Amino acid sequence: MESVDVINAFILLANFVIVPAISYGSQLAIAALGITIVYAVLRFSNFAHGDLMSFGTMTAILFTWLFQSLGITAGFLPTALLAIPFAIIITASFCLLIDRTVYRFYRKQKSHPVVFMIVSVGVMFILNAIVRFIIGPNDRTFFDGEKFLVRALDFKAYSGLAEGLTIKSTQVITVVVAIITMLVLFYFLQRTKMGKAMRAYSNNEDLALLSGINPDRVVMITWLIVGTLATIAGVLYGLDKSFKPFTYFQLLLPMFAAAIVGGIGNPIGAVVGGYIIAFSEIMLTYAYKKFFIYLLPQSLEPSGLTQFLSTDYKFAVSFIILVIVLIVRPTGIFKGKTI
Amino acid sequence: MSKYFSSSNMTGGYGGENILNNCGIEVNQGEISVIVGPNGAGKSTAMKAMLGMITLKTGKIILNKQDISSFSPQDRVAQGIAFVPQTMNIFSELTVKENLEMGAFLRDDNINKTIEEVYELFPVLNDKKNQIAGELSGGQRQQVAVGRSLMTKPSVLMLDEPTAGVSPIVMDELFDRIIEIKNSGVAIIIVEQNAKQALGIADYGYVLVGGINKFTGKGRELLNNPEVRKAFLGG
Repeated sequence: MESVDVINAFILLANFVIVPAISYGSQLAIAALGITIVYAVLRFSNFAHGDLMSFGTMTAILFTWLFQSLGITAGFLPTALLAIPFAIIITASFCLLIDRTVYRFYRKQKSHPVVFMIVSVGVMFILNAIVRFIIGPNDRTFFDGEKFLVRALDFKAYSGLAEGLTIKSTQVITVVVAIITMLVLFYFLQRTKMGKAMRAYSNNEDLALLSGINPDRVVMITWLIVGTLATIAGVLYGLDKSFKPFTYFQLLLPMFAAAIVGGIGNPIGAVVGGYIIAFSEIMLTYAYKKFFIYLLPQSLEPSGLTQFLSTDYKFAVSFIILVIVLIVRPTGIFKGKTI
Repeated sequence: MSKYFSSSNMTGGYGGENILNNCGIEVNQGEISVIVGPNGAGKSTAMKAMLGMITLKTGKIILNKQDISSFSPQDRVAQGIAFVPQTMNIFSELTVKENLEMGAFLRDDNINKTIEEVYELFPVLNDKKNQIAGELSGGQRQQVAVGRSLMTKPSVLMLDEPTAGVSPIVMDELFDRIIEIKNSGVAIIIVEQNAKQALGIADYGYVLVGGINKFTGKGRELLNNPEVRKAFLGG
């Protein structure tokens, strides 16, 4: 084994595991933040979050098409980035509309969280139908601009290594946008009066009322944040992969797993959980054969693919992690609220 | 002539049977009124009714000559009534300082001076201002709770069993602080299980039984009243 083999093995792993997992993890983190904030402040599991993301992404795609037809682009960046603010306005307003027409009724009745959860399933179906009605169920790519930041061939030519490293621009965009989103969100929650009021309301609703915190305002701000997070997460995921409404519905499982692993109701937990789920999913479904060929002497080389799970089972990974966490540590890593 | 903050003819409960039967509590600024009585006498209920957390069948609540009977609890808080519940009286996941800031949520002016005043009253809160309030000891949490309620600069402070579950030393200390708050001109109503100590610091005492004012009088008088001693203070 030469040192160049070790480098090759590492590049291989970076290319197929680390880079994709960081980008997917960032998308899950932003999505799980939305779920965790609904849980913390409004006290229910929002099953409509996946389809809310799909609604937000659809809106962003429509704006992207509009901009493209008007000849507006963002240069080497995808046009969708320009569409995000507009999509956020529409999606967040739509959240307020849903709250006004649906959730508020149950809040006034002081319904049990389970009732809210089932109501959110209803909202999920409606969102689901709206999205399919407007844009259809098909797979769509809405990415434009410069596709790669680092190309495999260029990397090989530059480094002289056998393995190439590819970094897609969407992966970098995902990480940058996700970091900015998290910083803004955490600044809001930790430093501003309204953010603290939201945490106070989440922590002790009665005392928040006694302190003069207006619950309607807290609920409104919560939905604006959730709509924003859902749109950003959805667009980032769609840019990186593609937009298909059904895929977004399927994302519910890893998203909830991320929120629960980190400790549901705890924003930092959602972020950490997002990366844990992403890394587990990708690491357990990656075929390590080539990686071991680089590192092990010829006699020990694996004969099979050395893949723990077929990629078809990637959702099983989230599910298994979810079950283990709920059995071993139901509050999650960062001591969220017990479900 | 009713006192600064007073309630009269309060009858009602949480729906169903009446817990309060025509009872009334009064307090002046710079005075402490203490409500004592056996379990289930309606002590806390009377206090909550004065805050508007209970819909009364009859009763009138007067604050500074203004009838506030129809005000919501939030509006009464805005009018200068502060309330420290018996349990869940702090934001346990927020820091001490954030607890105080949330107490002043309704205020738009600079609250730093009030925070400093609370720190002067409870110096330990200054030392622990960046700690999560839920991690403090019972007595310290009680100080956070009282500190939070003082952030609105209230004219009336209502405390529901502030010494429940704290050690006797901490209790004495807490009562000393409450007297300090009284001396700054705040009207204070306390519901207490520790009747002896509470009546000891009370300007006025109310012994409630079955939601009725059984005995009322100056704190010292009640303490020396043989009937009250026998029935409620253990001889």
